[in-house]
Amino acid sequence: MSGNHVIGEAAIRAGCRFYAGYPITPQNELTEYMAGAMAKLKDGTFIQAESELAAINMVLGASAAGCRAMTSSSSPGISLKQEGISFLSAMDLPAVIVNCMRGGPGLGNISPSQGDYFQATRGGGHGDYRNIVLGPATAQELADLTMLAFDYADKYRTPVMILQDGMMGQMMEPAVMPDPVDPKRLPPKPWKLDGADGRPSRIIKSLYLDPAEEEQINWNLAHKYEKITDEIQRAETYRTDDAQIIIVAYGTAARIAKGAVNRVREKGVKAGLFRPISLWPFPTRILKEVNKKVKDFLVFEMSTGQMVEDVRLSLEGKGNVRFYGRPGGVVSTPIEIAEVIEGKFGRV
Amino acid sequence: MTTQLFSWPRYLKKTAFHYCPGCGHSIIHRLVAEVIGELDIGAKTIGVPPAGCAVLAYNYFDVDMVEAAHGRAAAVATGLKRVLPDRIIFTYQGDGDIAAIGTAETIHAANRGENITMVFVNNGVYGMTGGQMAPTTILGQNSTTTPGGRDQKRDGAPLDLSEMLGITRGAAYIERTAVNSPKNIRRTKKALTKAFKTQMTGQGFSLVEILSPCPTNWKMTPVDACKWIEGSTAPFYPLKVIKDIVTNI
Amino acid sequence: MMGYILALTAMRDGKNVTYLPSYGAEVRGGTANCTVCVSDEEIASPVASSPDFAVVLNQPSMIKYQGLIKSGGLMIINSSLVEGDPERDDIEIIKIPANDMALDLGNEKTINMIMLGAFVAKTGITTPESLMNGLKEVLKVKKAGILELNRKGMEKGAEYAGRF
Ligand SMILES: Cc1ncc(C[n+]2csc(CCOP(=O)(O)OP(=O)(O)O)c2C)c(N)n1
Repeated sequence: MSGNHVIGEAAIRAGCRFYAGYPITPQNELTEYMAGAMAKLKDGTFIQAESELAAINMVLGASAAGCRAMTSSSSPGISLKQEGISFLSAMDLPAVIVNCMRGGPGLGNISPSQGDYFQATRGGGHGDYRNIVLGPATAQELADLTMLAFDYADKYRTPVMILQDGMMGQMMEPAVMPDPVDPKRLPPKPWKLDGADGRPSRIIKSLYLDPAEEEQINWNLAHKYEKITDEIQRAETYRTDDAQIIIVAYGTAARIAKGAVNRVREKGVKAGLFRPISLWPFPTRILKEVNKKVKDFLVFEMSTGQMVEDVRLSLEGKGNVRFYGRPGGVVSTPIEIAEVIEGKFGRV
Repeated sequence: MTTQLFSWPRYLKKTAFHYCPGCGHSIIHRLVAEVIGELDIGAKTIGVPPAGCAVLAYNYFDVDMVEAAHGRAAAVATGLKRVLPDRIIFTYQGDGDIAAIGTAETIHAANRGENITMVFVNNGVYGMTGGQMAPTTILGQNSTTTPGGRDQKRDGAPLDLSEMLGITRGAAYIERTAVNSPKNIRRTKKALTKAFKTQMTGQGFSLVEILSPCPTNWKMTPVDACKWIEGSTAPFYPLKVIKDIVTNI
Repeated sequence: MMGYILALTAMRDGKNVTYLPSYGAEVRGGTANCTVCVSDEEIASPVASSPDFAVVLNQPSMIKYQGLIKSGGLMIINSSLVEGDPERDDIEIIKIPANDMALDLGNEKTINMIMLGAFVAKTGITTPESLMNGLKEVLKVKKAGILELNRKGMEKGAEYAGRF
């Protein structure tokens, strides 16, 4: 199974019964997988939408009806979904959105990239909101984090984005599939719309003409985000215990960085890896812990530098942060990153 | 004495196409370039290619070209034409681009009677992304997202965009042709010529829909793909003039 | 396909594997490629800086990838489609006329197994038996004829590689 297939299968196992998408490379395997998988289920719906705009709004409808729903796309299509994601956030509706990032801006290319970090972690659309963003780095994590994404989405009633890239999506690697969840056994959603039969009617909306009321809505969201920030920071630390320099990288870049860490370790350079898994909320707390022992950081991203800002913010000036990036869909090799580690810092 | 019967069209760059063997895009590119040459409008023509297999059309047409996001060509063309009313603006789009993600832009450009020309290549699939269902995929036709063939109840019915555009008041000339035989290719060229002339004489929106083979995604030989158009696609989408209120061409 | 069979086989052998295909604009006859990592330990990077082995099926690929292989590594070349030698004197080179051998066997599609047979014989990454099981799983065919043909291809490849 390719990474895209793994996400699809995990979503089905998480009880996702609605998928709408629009073809775009390099995530087509996921759309195609959902077409086949939903066709085999009695209670599953697959729709090839006429656009990403339509797809995200179909998901909004399915979610309002209480169904676990997902859509996926790649960078240009995710831009089109932003309006819908803003509405989902405002309406406290759960949804899972997969972004299989490719080179950009514009049409860019179909190679793996990490250029959408800002878009994903800063909300992306209009208004004062954030989304939970998870950055898997292995096939196993694609499966596990997809399951988790649906749980988070329902628990916090918020869109969750899985931020992967063309390489994760295409790569095959063994993974153990989590046990399937029966959608009927999921916690009830007392807010969902299913007809006001014997109960007062419900409204799910985002329009609040009275500024005072809209302010309260914004504060409600802010409090939800505080709670999320408190509860779900996730990161992997690798060989950081005795490290003198830490590479910070996520997703595909972290895999390459890990290879580089192992390489320079063989030569006696004490390097370690800090890999954020929750990209929003950024795992500030865990990074601060690491920072107690290490001062030198090298941020490696497949972009011109986006997550590096979160690293700097988290360290609050208490570390030396260098950046190395390859944007545009260029994939570095571990040797290249090893050279960056050594070149600047020499042997530690 | 020798007569040259065949030459490289003036408005096609001397580059090899990247299209698969048997693909209709190559023929249609050539036809559009020939028409631009014969009408002698190359110096004032601006083209808008789509996202789709023809995304690299700007590498082939030797006229000014500006890329549009997927489905937005009609809007981009509208902007160009309003600023440059005496230039000739055409879009070149696949069925997914024009009839799914770009339906709204296309219908409203036609309805406004934008004086532009749209070339609509109907190959019944999303070619560039690997053969998914297109809005035009006919019932029963296989694609990677219609396992077992397109089923009206599950996947919706095929969309006849050209007929829809025909009922807008702004549309001046709409014809559906094909490029699966020499006869149909000649007819397509005539239709393209008329479409550009419609624009040149300021008579409003023109569009030519062209049924075009995609042997790769249809998983057929090029010959079989041409036969499939004749036997399956054309009966579904009849080749005909759909709207024509053009005068004095 | 070849890389996928190898990756699956190694996974069934209980190894850690990653299989990274190239996707997109690279077409058949071009430099389409895939990277397979097989390890007893956790695989850090699925992107290989310098692979230990390369199996090269055509001329453009030889030119493009010859520089990557690790010093002391191995390159197995399909000499039916590749002319000349790579410009490396620090790697072992094995040339297998895979297309010609496949035609002798009566089916060009056995090229994959001829090359894989040679590769496995030379590297010992897995066993011929596992490889056949991997092939069965990937092709999802049960027809004895097709499997037999591929087995022959694998054996021929192994035998040919044994001469080097
Ligand atoms: C917003 C956005 N979504 C999706 C894509 C991916 N995409 C590129 S071309 C295409 C459709 C191609 O099909 P069609 O328009 O029928 O043209 P063809 O390739 O068959 O000529 C898609 C979905 C994109 N570029 N942008």
